[in-house]
Amino acid sequence: MSTNYQTLSFEYKPCREQSERGGADQAAYPVIVVGAGPVGLATAIDLAQQGVPVVLVDDDCSLSAGSRAICFSKRSLDIFDRLGCGQRMVDKGISWNVGKVFLKDELVYTFNLQPEAGHNRPAFINLQQYYVEGFLLERAQEMPNIEIRWKSKVVGVAQNGAPAARDAGVTLTIDTPDGPYDLRGRYVVAADGSRSPIRNLLGLDSKGVTFKDRFLIADVKMEADFPTERWFWFDPPFHPNQSVLLHRQPDNVWRIDFQLGWDADPVLEKTPERVIPRVRALLGPDAKFELEWVSVYTFSCLRMERFRHGNVLFAGDSAHGVSPFGARGANSGVQDAENLAWKLAMVLEGKAPDTLLDTYASEREFAADENIRNSTRSTDFITPKSPVSRVFRDAVLKLSRHHPFARQLTNSGRLSVPAVLRDSPLNTADSDSFEGAMVPGASCVDAPVQQEGQPAWLLQQLGQQFTGVLFRGEQGIDHATQAALDALQASPIPLKLVVVTSGNAKAASSTGVQIVHDAEGLASARYDAKPGTFYLIRPDQHVCARWRQVDVNAVAHALKRALCVEGTA
Amino acid sequence: MALNTQPNLERPDDFYEALIDMHRDLDDVQSQSANAQLILLLANHIGDHATLLEAMRYAHEGAADTSPRGGEAHPLAA
Repeated sequence: MSTNYQTLSFEYKPCREQSERGGADQAAYPVIVVGAGPVGLATAIDLAQQGVPVVLVDDDCSLSAGSRAICFSKRSLDIFDRLGCGQRMVDKGISWNVGKVFLKDELVYTFNLQPEAGHNRPAFINLQQYYVEGFLLERAQEMPNIEIRWKSKVVGVAQNGAPAARDAGVTLTIDTPDGPYDLRGRYVVAADGSRSPIRNLLGLDSKGVTFKDRFLIADVKMEADFPTERWFWFDPPFHPNQSVLLHRQPDNVWRIDFQLGWDADPVLEKTPERVIPRVRALLGPDAKFELEWVSVYTFSCLRMERFRHGNVLFAGDSAHGVSPFGARGANSGVQDAENLAWKLAMVLEGKAPDTLLDTYASEREFAADENIRNSTRSTDFITPKSPVSRVFRDAVLKLSRHHPFARQLTNSGRLSVPAVLRDSPLNTADSDSFEGAMVPGASCVDAPVQQEGQPAWLLQQLGQQFTGVLFRGEQGIDHATQAALDALQASPIPLKLVVVTSGNAKAASSTGVQIVHDAEGLASARYDAKPGTFYLIRPDQHVCARWRQVDVNAVAHALKRALCVEGTA
Repeated sequence: MALNTQPNLERPDDFYEALIDMHRDLDDVQSQSANAQLILLLANHIGDHATLLEAMRYAHEGAADTSPRGGEAHPLAA
């Protein structure tokens, strides 16, 4: 019997701080994560995998109400893989790569988000948010160093100590069915959603633009034979003058998103009497379906000015918000989580100064700006703000029927891809010449490889800790390179080493080094690698530096730079 | 590539006549659409982003600017 994640409920239990003598004597926890949504859960699991004990508090005791975020990107799946629950997501989810855009009933534009083979994960899966949260939660529950406290609502926040000092910390007041108690942590991750209570308690806000349009989500259960593609209509005959989006989810659930316009009555439009005829207009008069979840929403593109405030770090919807077109909300939040987790772990282990956490804020603020920019552009196209904007939008659509150039202007959502952190202070600029997309600051792309003769994937070997990847080619490893690898393994920041062989090279085993074989040559091609090329990869699978020849001093310097260790700026 | 604002049209008067003629039989809404489509077609043909930005800047300045050209009032202006 399968679990019904929509109705699961979790038990509140009093914790030790609430017992008479616990409380004040309890040492501060390294990290308190607030919010057991996808972002909070991903942060907690990632920290726990890094060996950092986590207390996770949530004001509720159930998973996402309704399907909500349904599109999870390749980058999120790569992250879930590293967190140990990617396969479950993909097995349950509906994989898709292709989107189609229609004007009235005519197909005007088709895009393929992953046109090349040789990737473990598809461009996207569709999966109801309660499954994503459920699978993450079950992974978190496997980890002995995560303690989850349900029905625990943050009602007070106080920052203690001088910022960045070793004794700096945060005291949260947590309200429970048994009354409030104080919970002390060195760092707090506020993954508490778009209406973030912590943001409000600190007197902060998230600023931006609210769009004057309303949309209706109707998730319907039905047997249907639409292909597993994202279909988007402008001005379809069944819903004139507005847009409609159709998406398939698991369990025979289909997401239909109707644009309603600003004047629509949000209460009235949620009633079955209004929703069912709209769905019938799309599916035909004889269609058999049940309404699974209905929601009328408006949206904003906004963000906090800074994602770090003292020892409180904001992640996900609390820090930034986008329109749903482009699937950039939950996906960017999961990327926040992974950016933050390794940095917190390094600071808590004393391997990096507190200033490393400032780069969480700067890198993810940059990514949020990119997401907001893309989301705003899509929204301006779907919901033109002025008469002239409408004229140009319609002109693009009309031209797109016959002229290929206009199809690239047709914007029904630019779907989530990870930001390239090109200007991050953690990068070491190239000193050698490289081609291709794997620039410092880019998240690593996947490629098929073989490990001990079995099919495997390159991304499975990367990350979690700093990783050095040596492309060895067909040749063996010369003495100088071997000496460099030995020295790097003995460095104070442990470096995982991966050697990529190619051609007819025999993979000789070497202690402490993972060896993969690039049988198809795709890993070398995608990383523009020649024999001797060495990549330094961050724990979050981002390229940090690369060279044509490994040099211990250069790698050590790049590693220090990636940790904000003094004297490397 | 800078925007060329020097005379460049092969047949200036024929072009202008054709431009006005393009709008024949169109109502105001259709005319607006035709203008927008024309801009998009030409923009794609030009392609160069800096050139397009420069043209948009001149167009915007030309539309927003209500002061007399060269800062001097026309002798016949009231």
